[in-house]
Amino acid sequence: MNWITNYVRPRINSIFSRRETPENLWSKCDECGTMLFHRELSANLNVCTSCGHHMAIRPRDRFTALFDGGIFTEVKVPEPTDDPLRFRDQKKYPERLRAAQKSTGEKEAMLVAEGEMGRMPIVAAAQDFSFMGGSMGMYVGNAIIAAAERAVELKRPLVLFSAAGGARMQEGILSLMQMPRTTVAVQMLKEAGQPYIVVLTHPTTGGVTASYAMLGDIQIAEPGALICFAGPRVIQQTLGEKLPEGFQRAEYLLDHGMLDRVTPRTQLRDELIRITRMLMGQPPAVAGDLPAPAEPPVEEPKSEEQPAPEKAEDGTASEEADQTK
Amino acid sequence: MTYYLDFEKPLAEIEGKAEELRAMARQNSEMNVEDEAAALDKKATAMLEELYGSLTPWRKCQVARHPERPHCSDYIEALFSEYTPLAGDRNFADDHAVMGGLARLDDKPVMVIGHEKGNDTESRIRHNFGMARPEGYRKAVRLIETAGKFGLPVITLVDTAGAYPGKGAEERGQSEAIARSTQACLQAGVPLVSVIIGEGGSGGAVAFATANRVAMLEHSIYSVISPEGCASILWKDSDKMREAAEALRLTAQDLHKLGVCDRIIPEPLGGAHRDRDATIESVKSALGAMLKELEGKKPAALIKDRRQKYLDLGSKRLAA
Repeated sequence: MNWITNYVRPRINSIFSRRETPENLWSKCDECGTMLFHRELSANLNVCTSCGHHMAIRPRDRFTALFDGGIFTEVKVPEPTDDPLRFRDQKKYPERLRAAQKSTGEKEAMLVAEGEMGRMPIVAAAQDFSFMGGSMGMYVGNAIIAAAERAVELKRPLVLFSAAGGARMQEGILSLMQMPRTTVAVQMLKEAGQPYIVVLTHPTTGGVTASYAMLGDIQIAEPGALICFAGPRVIQQTLGEKLPEGFQRAEYLLDHGMLDRVTPRTQLRDELIRITRMLMGQPPAVAGDLPAPAEPPVEEPKSEEQPAPEKAEDGTASEEADQTK
Repeated sequence: MTYYLDFEKPLAEIEGKAEELRAMARQNSEMNVEDEAAALDKKATAMLEELYGSLTPWRKCQVARHPERPHCSDYIEALFSEYTPLAGDRNFADDHAVMGGLARLDDKPVMVIGHEKGNDTESRIRHNFGMARPEGYRKAVRLIETAGKFGLPVITLVDTAGAYPGKGAEERGQSEAIARSTQACLQAGVPLVSVIIGEGGSGGAVAFATANRVAMLEHSIYSVISPEGCASILWKDSDKMREAAEALRLTAQDLHKLGVCDRIIPEPLGGAHRDRDATIESVKSALGAMLKELEGKKPAALIKDRRQKYLDLGSKRLAA
């Protein structure tokens, strides 16, 4: 583009040039500052190729990389009552919700799906930190219950990826009540004898940590994830005490006996396959037999939202792998 | 000396005057002040009725935190006989913010667990201002499980600003401890009833109040976050706690409408601290009534009842 095109065709541009080249083909690692090409970064699941720092990954992208062939079916989540408290701070709650829906393209802060992972049928749920801080309100509660019920019904393990600032204040006491509510969901899985595996991602804090996110049969965290009930700032303010290096990070929790494992995102899928297969009494996965995981979706910034790859039928997803690419 | 809240200042003046008059009369027996003092008393009562008849949510928070409000230990002492405290989480320590043990309510054995805030500087420090550490929740889990094993109903008395935001508490797995305590509540095959006697602060309260029946004292509160905390996050100004208290809908009356609280226990005029005995008596009859509702239910039915109560809190039919 030069000044003429800028000058002559601004209106035409605005109509026809929606599919212009993305502006931010490069993004900077939050940790080491390396400029990373977007294809390379998303191919590496948003883990910095230079320093290994784990950046946020959206639930849809995570599922595409997790499920065989990137194919999964969304599990329907029952709608809760809208804005039960008619909550208003500086903005009205429904306005905040709509803004989050617009910026993320998602309906709410949790996505639930079923599909196969290394030919192991599972149900997965992932929390979306970019949607109002992943906060747990009634929808997230419903999502976790729906995920647990589906896992029990299909006799599959539930793999849950947590990421949240805590409870959703705009739903007041009803958000707090999602703590016992989601604990009921964990109980359902426990009674049915289905494995419940939690992957804690950055950050998982507050009421979420104090309910379903800490009750897994296996607790895995991504490297560097902040995991806590009261955040470091609150503690520092209350006690005025300097906190040790790495306090409340995944590795620190592992050292203090609060986690089973800390596993890099790029190795997580293999590990989850291994663990779920063992817990379900399945033979080991044969590496050559496994369908390749899907290419993570190349996220073209500003491009139209891609419809979710969905499959209609039961389990045989692997053959359809090519279609979604 | 009565402790007056900021909105009770005019009341303090009137009651102060009445007290002054009576003090003068005590020294000088010829003086007859009773008529005047009685008039002042009447005025004070009218003012109390007016103030407490229309407490704003923020004022309710203040009343719920009133330093002279009866605390867990007061209820335990007055309501139960043969109270036998049980201590420790068998892992690390005994948390003094949480008290609990075996006791008899009308001669029937129960397990009682509650937060104790303390009532003077020394005891407040010992009880950590009623803010439990992981050991407190783990002690509660132990007591709930013991109660379950021997078929004893569990009574929890909730009064906490929330979990303790400390380094050690975090290191020792505060979140996991809260989650396990909530889980223990849900799994208990015995009646579990809870009374919010003052503050029901966030996760620290949920860990004890995941019950078959939840009652709240008339001026108690139960909230996902303190109004001050909410104000500083959403308004970026912690002085907006009045607005936050309003928006959070944290009063017993709101929670009753939302289906979280099953029963409101009336408080004497001017709040629980103005007539402790009457308050404790009301709590006693509420406990009796709630336990009666659950009497004779089988363990599985009790667990199911409790579960359903919480599962319902997200469905469409919730009306604001």
